[in-house]
Amino acid sequence: MKLAISADGPQLEAQLDARFGRCAYFIFVDTETHAWEASPNPAIDARGGAGTQAAQFIANQGAQAVISGHFGPNAFEALDAAGIKMYAAAAGRVESVVEEFSSGRLKKVTVPGASGHHGGRGRH
Amino acid sequence: MIIAVASGKGGTGKTTIASSLALAVSPASTTFLDCDVEAPNAHFFLEPTFSQHEEVGLLIPQVDEERCTACGRCAEVCQYHAIVVLAGKVLVFPELCHGCGSCTLNCPEDAIKEVPDVLGMLEGGRTASGIYFARGVLNIGEPMAVPIIRQLKAWQPVQDGEVVIRDVPPGTSCPVVESIRGADFVVLVTEPTPFGLHDLRLAAQLVRDLELPAGVIVNRDGIGDRQVDDYCREAGLPIMMRIPMDRRIAEALAQGHLLVEAFPEYLPRFQDLYAQIRTLVEAGTGSELQTQSTRIKMGSLQGIRQTE
Ligand code: SF4
Ligand code: SF4
Repeated sequence: MKLAISADGPQLEAQLDARFGRCAYFIFVDTETHAWEASPNPAIDARGGAGTQAAQFIANQGAQAVISGHFGPNAFEALDAAGIKMYAAAAGRVESVVEEFSSGRLKKVTVPGASGHHGGRGRH
Repeated sequence: MIIAVASGKGGTGKTTIASSLALAVSPASTTFLDCDVEAPNAHFFLEPTFSQHEEVGLLIPQVDEERCTACGRCAEVCQYHAIVVLAGKVLVFPELCHGCGSCTLNCPEDAIKEVPDVLGMLEGGRTASGIYFARGVLNIGEPMAVPIIRQLKAWQPVQDGEVVIRDVPPGTSCPVVESIRGADFVVLVTEPTPFGLHDLRLAAQLVRDLELPAGVIVNRDGIGDRQVDDYCREAGLPIMMRIPMDRRIAEALAQGHLLVEAFPEYLPRFQDLYAQIRTLVEAGTGSELQTQSTRIKMGSLQGIRQTE
């Protein structure tokens, strides 16, 4: 399975970046082969919609699960629609977060977090 | 003539000053626009009777699933990331959508239709003194203030010889820029305190970026220090009026009275303020900073108007 982790740098030694939409990098790890690669997050400077853009990006990369600290409501809705499972980790290096995931110690996220900059949904 | 009354932060007496100015200019040819669509409050002072109501919003995309091939083009072109294509399905996020229409234009299958999405309401009517008053009211929880302000500005065409006073929301964010854009003059209301100065600097920077002439009103004069005065002198911003710190004024305002109504001696002072604004606008400059850029200013303003 292809796993995406939001990170503050492009290596396995980087720290988990808690902000899903605005993280610096995504590290993609193949949980079977342990092959990995890092990509800068294209949404980092987005004026709006960083969460949806990041979700679209990792979906296009073929991620099936994602680990971050916090998923905003738009990111949650998009990831959920894409069938990408979300897991929350508090902090730590990417490699140890992956280990926690593999041993089933990370909690699955089933409700969106508090909203970001633009303050929430509720248009209708 | 369009005059925007702004301040870096709330609570500086901006709304009462804007309302007093509207009353001091001839009310029958004055329009007052409350651009603070997130928290409109000028109607408490001017008490209009609203006779016109219009829902406003944006056109947002609606995807016909039969036609859509999930090609992803719409998501690629949307710079606001308000539309995404995931697991073969298109998802629209109305609260992120700016209604720009790019997705519809670029869909190769003609699968997108634009449907109106209501953001709020425009309301207009006259006050007892004859001022035409209009405001926008954003629906609760709606994050998109700018389109409402833009539509409020364009709602009623400005007549020749008419004076439009825009009460600008506090702060220096996008709604503030939209409320100021297109004005002929910006009045910056501040207080002579370190906080007042800090916010005045930010507001003055924004006005400079928009290349508009501006002047300053110091409210609650006497409570702080001289730093605001020093700053205005350095920045070439004229101080056009000072309203002293006075318990009686503060009490009258707290009860929702207008400055010029509670203290008629202020009426000629606001008339003088308007005369000063006129002179500065006709001379094409409010502050010295503007002198060199007057010509460019006219050009760029027209550019902005056209794209609006
Ligand atoms: S561009 Fe049109 S066809 Fe392509 S995914 Fe978007 S809606 Fe569907
Ligand atoms: S109308 Fe513009 S902002 Fe809205 S979804 Fe389409 S491209 Fe994005």
